[in-house]
Amino acid sequence: MKSLSEIETTSKRASRAVGFSWGIAEEVAKGIRMLELFGFPGIKNLNQYYKLINKKKFENLKIIKKNNKSNKLSLCPVNLGVRFLDQIKTLESLKKITFHKIAYPILFIPFLSRSSEVIGKRILIKIEKNTLLFNFNVNILSKFSKKEFPSITKKVEVSFLENKDSFSGKEWNNLYKLSEYTFVEETESLKHGAAGAGLTDND
Amino acid sequence: MNVKLRDPNIIMKLSRLGSFHQSRLSFLRSFLSEFKDWDYRKDMFDLNEKGYGTAIYSFKKNDRIYSLVCFANEINADERSDRVIATKWDAAFTLHDGVPLKKDIERLKNEVPKQEVGRLSYKELTLSRANKSVRIFDHVVENLSNGIQPDLNLLEKVGYLYRTTAVYGSGKFGLADRFRIKNREEINGPFRLEMMLVYLVRQFTFDQVNHVAKNKNPKKAIKLDPKICKNLGIGNSTGLGMAPFIVNHPTLLNNWIFCRETALKKIRELKNIDTKDSDLFINCVRNSVKNITSWNTESEYQLKKIKFLLRDVRKLLNFLEKQFNFEEDYPFNELYLWLERETCEECIEYIVSIMMEPFGEIIKPLIKKMSSDEEKYFNIPTDRTLGDLKAILENKYSNILKIDFEKKENQKKFWFISKNKEEPRIADRFDEQGSNLEQPLAIARDIKKLYERLSVLKKNLKIDQFLIDHEDLRHVVRRAFIIEKFPYSEIQDNTISEDIIPIDMLRLKLSFFGALKFDPRSDKWLRICMFQGAPLPNELKNYDEQWVYKSHN
Repeated sequence: MKSLSEIETTSKRASRAVGFSWGIAEEVAKGIRMLELFGFPGIKNLNQYYKLINKKKFENLKIIKKNNKSNKLSLCPVNLGVRFLDQIKTLESLKKITFHKIAYPILFIPFLSRSSEVIGKRILIKIEKNTLLFNFNVNILSKFSKKEFPSITKKVEVSFLENKDSFSGKEWNNLYKLSEYTFVEETESLKHGAAGAGLTDND
Repeated sequence: MNVKLRDPNIIMKLSRLGSFHQSRLSFLRSFLSEFKDWDYRKDMFDLNEKGYGTAIYSFKKNDRIYSLVCFANEINADERSDRVIATKWDAAFTLHDGVPLKKDIERLKNEVPKQEVGRLSYKELTLSRANKSVRIFDHVVENLSNGIQPDLNLLEKVGYLYRTTAVYGSGKFGLADRFRIKNREEINGPFRLEMMLVYLVRQFTFDQVNHVAKNKNPKKAIKLDPKICKNLGIGNSTGLGMAPFIVNHPTLLNNWIFCRETALKKIRELKNIDTKDSDLFINCVRNSVKNITSWNTESEYQLKKIKFLLRDVRKLLNFLEKQFNFEEDYPFNELYLWLERETCEECIEYIVSIMMEPFGEIIKPLIKKMSSDEEKYFNIPTDRTLGDLKAILENKYSNILKIDFEKKENQKKFWFISKNKEEPRIADRFDEQGSNLEQPLAIARDIKKLYERLSVLKKNLKIDQFLIDHEDLRHVVRRAFIIEKFPYSEIQDNTISEDIIPIDMLRLKLSFFGALKFDPRSDKWLRICMFQGAPLPNELKNYDEQWVYKSHN
């Protein structure tokens, strides 16, 4: 079994070899490490993409907008990921972003995960019929099985989820009431003797 | 009194970093301190009469066990080489996490002797190999088998029976990644398991030499005197492989140097010093003269440094005896200022290390801060402005920005990875091929390039916009935002200049390992000695912290 350290080093060197700058190669390497750590087929897809990268042309976006239509070419997932991560604080306000035609969208995933941590919000993406939820770069909830990641996807929707509770006020109150059974009712004696601070505001 | 931390523009110059010495912060000393109350065992020693076979040593505490698995092999004299091109070694080692099962030992027997072309598993933590100093090993065997101890003068010249030629960890060749073990309290310090491996290898060399001598002459043979063992360490040959590490791990480098600088600052801020502490300091300086006079090297570069070091340490001793008064306020601050005025860089750093000896209470908390969670600082804050970035460059790289990279001598060298051994190398950019595949280690040049590009752009432009058209400098943009938080994260020198001495980079790292007696064999590789004078495993429970200054060799 290859270690994550080997995966990162080799991915970095390979990325440089296909023409990315060292700085971008470092980003890709961290991403592939993350994919493999989380059980996604990072090396496999990077390998497939790099086989094509000098044979086919891919489009590089400079500025990401709400709706990003590529021309005839598919978007480069590495360039797209780096731009997305770099511009994330601006993109956050768009709420939902659409991309058309991304090559090897799995390679875009690590950048979304890191972006989720940077803005402190969950990010949900829809890749055709499947979804992935990025939880602050701590974990990724995915409906994909290993075989299902497409080599090219027609449409990807990225949504920034607002930080809100996943439960109702009633559910919280019920649970809180239960938690109160761990508290001790204070007698007069306890009120006087058990608190560290004084009993008047001005003492 | 508030003493300022020393200026990174001075401390992070290569000539200064190349003058660093071991100290109480060094990893081999913090390893001994951490593992002193662990149970040491020789679990298996299955060598034939010539000393070839398998041996296992372990450290155990509660449910945790680390086992060194050793394979000693027969090799021909012409196969023995310390260079990285070697494919066979006298012995090969791995540190296994737990107790190796029979099937683990069989697997490791196949893989460990192959080193770089073998495959290890997540159950193995470190990997190494070593060659005998044949002259010394054979001499010791010969003498012991005849019932006499070896010639101490001869041992003094070398200082070890074996020297390692590489020690690998952190995921290399399939070894366990750091993340699997980083939460273990006992290894909360850099390179602790690498140090454990080297320490246990040292014991193996003594056991092996005794075993071979005994088999050679069972009736007459005696064991190597433990006092002699104690004064033998493990040698190490180190080449350029180590150099990029300190460039590629900026926050880690910062934490090592920052802890050293913090220790010095705190010691200089001590108003009053107990006599026992000043006595301990003076004794260490005095005893350390033996370490200097027994420092053997043929390197003119190092001989010159040793000569000045010895001259200045004697000058310091004279000053301490005749003029200096430890009863005055802030004595270590006064002493430090005197060192700056009166002694060479090598001596300043040598004495800074010794100043730490009496102050375990200052040093111990710092040791826990010498690791780094590097991932935390990887993201570039792309919402910052070019004005912010430019200010960082001006504040933190002021000397580097003065270098003229148009001049050939300032860009004479380039770093690359050898295809044959996947190891770093340095070569002449204008005479050799390969500079198109240069590694990103010319930080000073790229920082200067970044500064020049920023100078013609609007200050309020955001970093994310800048990076769209300047991706070639992304790696140094990242570094600049790291040095903003970590002042000692960057070498403040030109790593591609004509007059770079790469062994200064190695020396820095090796001093933090705890190496002694740097012996440069060229400007690109050197030999060192580790654990010379260190307590033997059976002495660990109660040993003298200042053993470094009490070795007899």
